[in-house]
Amino acid sequence: MPFQPVLLWTDALLFLLVGLVVLFAWQARRHEHLRAPWREVARRPLAMACAVVLGAYALIGLADSVHFRPALDQPGPQGERRYAPEVLSLLDLALAPLRRQSEKTYSAPFAVRLYVKETVHLPDGTVQRIRPRLRWGGAHLEDPARRWADVAARGGRGALWGLALWAAAGMVWLAWRARRWGCRWREALVRVAAGRTELPWRAMWLTGAVLLLLAGAVAALAPYYHVLGTDKVGQDVLYQSLKSVRTGLVIGTLTTLVMLPFAVLLGLAAGYFRGWVDDVVQYLYTTLNAIPGVLLIAAAVLMLQVYMANHPEAFPTATERADMRLLFLCLILGITSWTGLCRMLRGETLKLRELDYVQAAQAFGVGHGRILLRHLLPNLMHIVLISVVLDFSALVLAEAVLSYVGVGVDPSMHSWGNMINAARLEMAREPVVWWTLAAAFLFMFALVLAANLFADAVRDAFDPRLRGA
Amino acid sequence: MLAYILRRLLYALPILVGVNLLTFVLFFVVNSPDDMARMQLGVKRVTPEAVEAWKRERGYHLPLLYNAEAEGLDRLTETIFFQKSVSLFAFEFGRSDAGSDIGYDIRQRMGPSLAVAVPVFVIGLAVNITFALLVVFFRATYVELWGMVLCVALMSISALFYIIAGQYLVGKVMRLVPISGFGEGLAAWKFVVLPVAVGVVSGIGSGVRWYRTLFLEELGKDYVRTARAKGLGEGAVLARHVLRNALIPILTGSVVLLPLLFMGSLILESFFGIPGLGSYTIDAINAQDFAIVRAMVFLGSVLYLVGLLLTDLSYTLVDPRVRLS
Repeated sequence: MPFQPVLLWTDALLFLLVGLVVLFAWQARRHEHLRAPWREVARRPLAMACAVVLGAYALIGLADSVHFRPALDQPGPQGERRYAPEVLSLLDLALAPLRRQSEKTYSAPFAVRLYVKETVHLPDGTVQRIRPRLRWGGAHLEDPARRWADVAARGGRGALWGLALWAAAGMVWLAWRARRWGCRWREALVRVAAGRTELPWRAMWLTGAVLLLLAGAVAALAPYYHVLGTDKVGQDVLYQSLKSVRTGLVIGTLTTLVMLPFAVLLGLAAGYFRGWVDDVVQYLYTTLNAIPGVLLIAAAVLMLQVYMANHPEAFPTATERADMRLLFLCLILGITSWTGLCRMLRGETLKLRELDYVQAAQAFGVGHGRILLRHLLPNLMHIVLISVVLDFSALVLAEAVLSYVGVGVDPSMHSWGNMINAARLEMAREPVVWWTLAAAFLFMFALVLAANLFADAVRDAFDPRLRGA
Repeated sequence: MLAYILRRLLYALPILVGVNLLTFVLFFVVNSPDDMARMQLGVKRVTPEAVEAWKRERGYHLPLLYNAEAEGLDRLTETIFFQKSVSLFAFEFGRSDAGSDIGYDIRQRMGPSLAVAVPVFVIGLAVNITFALLVVFFRATYVELWGMVLCVALMSISALFYIIAGQYLVGKVMRLVPISGFGEGLAAWKFVVLPVAVGVVSGIGSGVRWYRTLFLEELGKDYVRTARAKGLGEGAVLARHVLRNALIPILTGSVVLLPLLFMGSLILESFFGIPGLGSYTIDAINAQDFAIVRAMVFLGSVLYLVGLLLTDLSYTLVDPRVRLS
């Protein structure tokens, strides 16, 4: 094989999560009462536009979760195949030019010259301080003055390609839709364009058009310029921002995945059994709640650092170490954030267990386990779902703060928090190095905003208290 | 009343013991003091003597739970658990790993923390409630729609960006106030203005949304319909009836935060160079000073529990329907 697959812990859990979501969606399709609130979410144009954006992020994150080690050209001493020590992902393959084309140090977006002046020995023997040309950014230009015309031409061509791709996909989809609606192709187009469809297809396709337009332009420009500039060691900022997507998604989703079993199990048990079980669970979550969250995370991560420093043999590669730290961070974030959900579930279970249908089940001699699983849990799922989607954006934002405090993800890992942390001191420079911060801001803002708006729609659709309003 | 307070204090005790045990396990059992010493002194090329000396200097050389070599009661007191964890209950924080007196540091740094945290809290509360009332007043119009969109957008920006943008615009471009630092007494105001403003603005998004839901919940109640039936205008209904009744959940929800104001804000203080407890904690985390982190965990838990007690008491003070039992 020309590569050796590598399955990191977070990869495995991420794909497990995807599997669970697919399973849940399949389950929801079959039951009308589960399908109804989702249909309500799907009818909202804003929520579905956000879903398209979230889907794009998820695609990047998942492509970045398929890891492998490429084979080296030279075989080992016994002629066996050897693999590179660095772990790459599918996203790295797609972004290969971005990953390799590193400069010496800072350069602005679309720059052709370095940000700092360097002493250069000219061929005629004189020494000058100039800002040298970049190794890659705009290297194909003979006359740097024509840079913006070149950027516009290439960007425009790329955007057109993106638009063409969008139109082609749209046509195929429209043909399929027309068959399902049993009308002609033109009628289907008019229907979608006028917004006379059950689902807001127009909003979704418009969002897709914007995304593809941007992606096309950036893809056409990225091999020739540093679209978002380069950082202190000359690495492409666009590459870093895209790599950070996975870290953000992992923190936002895996944290809830690891905390859910605890919160659901303990919350249900406390509300259903009451008595000493309730006392113990309440004691547990009050104690954990009493410790300020950041401090608990800091304490745990500091201890992990001590452990890692003293047991280097447990983490063979830097990637694995960074991955374990990320997973541990998810765990500890989960431990600090499950208390709220647990308390809500306990309260709701206390209410539900007094209802007639539960009493009837008890009278029929249904066992505790079955009552919990069949009668109580399904009626609590809306609370779980709402809190999961609402937590996502808060967790993505928390990552940045934790990285700033110094207890976030591994410093070698790409993350928006690490980008901000590395760039914030450069605001004092003249002229300002603004592009790293701007890139992290844009990528984070788009993800969190989409997640927030989508979460609002989910909450409105699932919360029975809001349904009447 | 007094009996109730006493009982609540007794309830709080096991929780503090739990917090204490948790930090003890985290700091001394998961990793031994030897590990910590090696980490501090550099993992490679560290002699056993240096480790021993480091531990002895800081009192980590004692056994964890039971000292077999000591006599009588000392068997229990001459241990890490007693000296480092139990003594916290008497608010004796001991010395930091770097050697300074933690109790003294905390007293020194409480003032600057409060100088930022209290204005952020009070002004933030006033601003959020005002905007929320305005949004509710204009409900079902475009003002509300765009106000809510703006709130979501404000919520979606990381607190770090508010700070960086504030420092850049106000401190660097406009040069209105110093970017960071702190002064003695009233001279500190110009250092405090910007962090307070940033703190208030970064909280507006979620704050206004939260208070809006509270007001909307109150609006659905019967007394509001009665007030309208009397012929009161919308402004009078909101200001005289809804706001007053909504103050109950607002008050009880805020009281729990009051004691925690002492802890200061982690990132605000460290960005603006304010010598409060928040930046103290961050410095300790970065220097891996475990003694300070332990003390702050304990202090934070105590303040949180005080907040819970105050919440319960405030219920009885503002809502005559609630009785202590």
